[in-house]
Amino acid sequence: MPVDQSALDAVALSREEYDLLVERLGREPNEVELGMFGSLWSEHCGYKNSKPLLRLLPSEGERVLTRAGAENAGALDIGDGLCVVLKIESHNHPSAIEPYQGAATGVGGIVRDIFAMGAYPRAILDSLRFGPPSDPQSRYLFEGVVAGIGGYGNCLGIPTVGGETFFSEGYRGIPLVNAMCVGIARADRLVSARAEGPGNVLLLVGADTGRDGIHGASGLASRTDPEARFEEMRPAVQVGNPFLEKLLMEACCELAAEHRDWIVGMQDLGAAGLTSSVVECCARAGTGAVLDLERVPRREAGMTPYEVMLSESQERMLVIAKREHVDDVRELFKRWELHCEPIGEVTAGDEVVVREHGRVVARVPVRIATQPPEYRREGRPDPAILALRDRDLSPLPDLDPARASEMFLALLRRPNIVSKRPVFRQYDHQVLASTIIPPGGDASLIRVPGTNRGLALTTDCNGRFCYLDPYAGAALAVAEAARNIVCTGAWPIAVTDCLNFGNPERPEVYFQLEQAVRGIADACRAFGIPVVSGNVSLYNETEGRAVYPTPVIGMVGLIEDVARHTKVGFPRAGLQVWLAGAPLEQPVESLAGSEYLEMAHGLVAGRPRVDLGAERALLGFLLAAHEQGLLCSAHDCSEGGLAVALAECALLGSAGFAGTATIPGRLDAALFGESGARAVIAAERRDAERLRALASAHGVPLTLLGETVSEPEFRFGPLGAMVEALREAYEAGI
Amino acid sequence: MRFAIIRFPGTWSDRDCQHALRDVLGQEAEIVWHRETSLDGFDAVVLPGGFSYGDYLRAGAIARFSPIMEAVTRFAAAGKPVIGICNGFQILCESGLLPGALIRNDSLQFRCEWVWLRREGRPTPWTAAIPEGAVLRMPISHGEGNYQADEATLDLLEREGRVVFRYCDAEGNVTPAANPNGSAHNIAGIVNEQGNVLGMMPHPERAAEPLLGGDDGNLLWHSILSAALDTVA
Amino acid sequence: MTSARRYLAKVFVSLKPTVNDPEGETIAGALRSLGFQGVARVRSGKFFQIELEAADETSASEAVERMCQRLLANPVIETFAFEVGEVAPAS
Repeated sequence: MPVDQSALDAVALSREEYDLLVERLGREPNEVELGMFGSLWSEHCGYKNSKPLLRLLPSEGERVLTRAGAENAGALDIGDGLCVVLKIESHNHPSAIEPYQGAATGVGGIVRDIFAMGAYPRAILDSLRFGPPSDPQSRYLFEGVVAGIGGYGNCLGIPTVGGETFFSEGYRGIPLVNAMCVGIARADRLVSARAEGPGNVLLLVGADTGRDGIHGASGLASRTDPEARFEEMRPAVQVGNPFLEKLLMEACCELAAEHRDWIVGMQDLGAAGLTSSVVECCARAGTGAVLDLERVPRREAGMTPYEVMLSESQERMLVIAKREHVDDVRELFKRWELHCEPIGEVTAGDEVVVREHGRVVARVPVRIATQPPEYRREGRPDPAILALRDRDLSPLPDLDPARASEMFLALLRRPNIVSKRPVFRQYDHQVLASTIIPPGGDASLIRVPGTNRGLALTTDCNGRFCYLDPYAGAALAVAEAARNIVCTGAWPIAVTDCLNFGNPERPEVYFQLEQAVRGIADACRAFGIPVVSGNVSLYNETEGRAVYPTPVIGMVGLIEDVARHTKVGFPRAGLQVWLAGAPLEQPVESLAGSEYLEMAHGLVAGRPRVDLGAERALLGFLLAAHEQGLLCSAHDCSEGGLAVALAECALLGSAGFAGTATIPGRLDAALFGESGARAVIAAERRDAERLRALASAHGVPLTLLGETVSEPEFRFGPLGAMVEALREAYEAGI
Repeated sequence: MRFAIIRFPGTWSDRDCQHALRDVLGQEAEIVWHRETSLDGFDAVVLPGGFSYGDYLRAGAIARFSPIMEAVTRFAAAGKPVIGICNGFQILCESGLLPGALIRNDSLQFRCEWVWLRREGRPTPWTAAIPEGAVLRMPISHGEGNYQADEATLDLLEREGRVVFRYCDAEGNVTPAANPNGSAHNIAGIVNEQGNVLGMMPHPERAAEPLLGGDDGNLLWHSILSAALDTVA
Repeated sequence: MTSARRYLAKVFVSLKPTVNDPEGETIAGALRSLGFQGVARVRSGKFFQIELEAADETSASEAVERMCQRLLANPVIETFAFEVGEVAPAS
């Protein structure tokens, strides 16, 4: 009997996809199977719209221990037999519906991805986007998300060390909540998400299974009608239990670190729950499995096999134990006061068989389930956005020098520039005794326990740039992340990316997606940084309006001697302050997509430019200068341009600034333009010649801007204020 | 000296305390699971920070019934040193080893930041190496650190010099602005009647190395180490 | 014209029956480990007492219903119940 449209809608499969499924199976799927295939063929699990594009990203590198997409997260060798494990993931749709729980369970999910590999989670970063904080709904979402991240992360005892909070009309009604987690493991104890070895036992550990989030993968993440999302999907909201996650994390990490030989694999239960975790573990190992659903511990009575297979109840893990060690593994989890039930075993062959009390309720061939159709679409830019991009900015009046200080202070108060202390002081950023550079600067820096090494961590993406030019915007996000890393003295070793876009079935959105992926790929190749993991979140739309294209770049850098790091703030008076990178005089085009342009002229317009050669030269110069001990502080120029970067150096440090350079050309562009490849550095006077020589050897322009002073003053061209006045503006709150 | 660091389900500053005591200060420091019932062979007990049982119901309310707490109570009654940090302070209050209670911060938000503390009150083994009136810098990291007790209890604590740490500004002035959570009398740490049991919301173990922002917290550990030496002598 | 009367509303807000309640589960576990073996299930919630003035009990109830819907309960995950009784006539 042909399946009706409503059944297909429920699992978000198209009629063509259903027909393809029937053809490959050689029969009609039953209800349980349809639910399982629908989830696995969703964009969320199957990446059917993005996979061909993701292949463009460079994923190879000498430190890389995992293949992109082959495991829960990417792992890289960091020396001494240790490796770093990283991944970023979105939780946008759940956060739009219930911001506290949506964000909290987002943190829970990404943390499980890290400890599923046997790595102890050492840091969380959150990259957040909301509508303007003056809009009550956007503020509600913002406050709920921040509270949810803190509520969950603080309870786990993992420091939340960084991230971003960005506000723009482009996110009104479509918040983006991306969470990144970084863990450290001994390389020889890494755990794979593979169901190896027929006869080995599948253990379900952690929370009981309830009716949470059925269809989270297929439904929630694929529908764009806001009413449907808010009404129908309410039962999909999940309440996280960070306390249970903490026990799960400790137990799984102990299992991997001390009894690696007891198990063959671990995998968390995320989108599409038991279905995707079992099927994906089998797919990786080329095995099958048989599941006995009556052994799955339930939170609610009367659950159907369909509900058990698709439940997205949080805080659950699948552990694949060697047959002879099942009792040992169960004993370990029992000591941590956790349930651990055998629910099935690995089989030879290529089929996941689901039984309930001995009766087969589903047979899913692994290869069909994990090879959804792939779509290559035709992208086409939106003419309205092209018009904004190509807008001539030169007729705009330049900044009046008499009003420059006033505009400068106003810029420091802008929600995208103002200090994010009200956010990060709600997060425990110090637990685990390793946070060396806390949130509030460029990249954060944590130490690798037991070594002298450190990891610099950041997330970046300017959605305005990506809206105006997705290729340049995405490449600039990689460049900015790399600048942030290098400013600490670390060298970037890996990227994890989170691609947040609208409905890819629309040509103008597909264009953005494709261009952004190309931008990331080109920038990563130019800097030699592999993309080791990531996540795609599509259908971020409301009322037919797509979100600003937002390819968030999470980046990790490695520093050999963590005690020799560089910070953003001016450490003392009497230092020379230099602009490294692009010259002081900037064309009006540098205002493209800038915070100043939006504040002063109400415009999101112009064409952002990226120069990967100049970026790479700057990175090389900064790292060489750091290694030679020439840098007393370093800070890259981003939102708010050079003037804001200088102000932050004074605010985060212990000295004022007296500019000596005269500002040529347009004042607004020189002070507040946001062209890339620039950093502000402070150095000892006696090192000036060495610094010049080094810059020249790297082909990096170097301009002396002025010097740090003991007076608490800030003077630069027409700008003049006491540092306290800057602080009052900068700490004004969101 | 041999420290027992108690780990309840949900504790998270157990390893940080162990790092400060063992790796930084070279002491013996062992993590003890909450199901244990004996503290034999230990010279001091640390109840570390975290969210025992997720802070569900009330912070510390469920952990106080853990098997190890009977041993902690006996250990304290014998006059041996016990320190409760953050969640550990909350557990000590819930179990009646210290008076008062810790309620939600007056900001209604979690707070993670460096604060200043003034050392006050009578001499105790936990503060022996800290001159009276000294101002220390340490981090706080809590959502429920607002110390409250009835007037009679507060009077008693003040009269007996049992308020040993008070939130203050960098110059040592005890002001409302320097109070991060709304605690009565800016109280950050108190001791029991005998002075051997200290509860405090700030984290001395997070102020153990200059690389991580400061090492004032080590003064507490140095105090208890020197007090132990005095006892031996 | 009737003068306003004073009512006391007792409002109970709890998670919807199918929504996961980690706090309730943890408390249930703690009660059992204290020896209360008969504990089958605990659901946690919030309790509010609201004193309000209204013309009569019906309008007081309507007002409380709206308070629950707009602020006291999060309709996405929570449900509510309340009872209203007169305290004393307002003079």
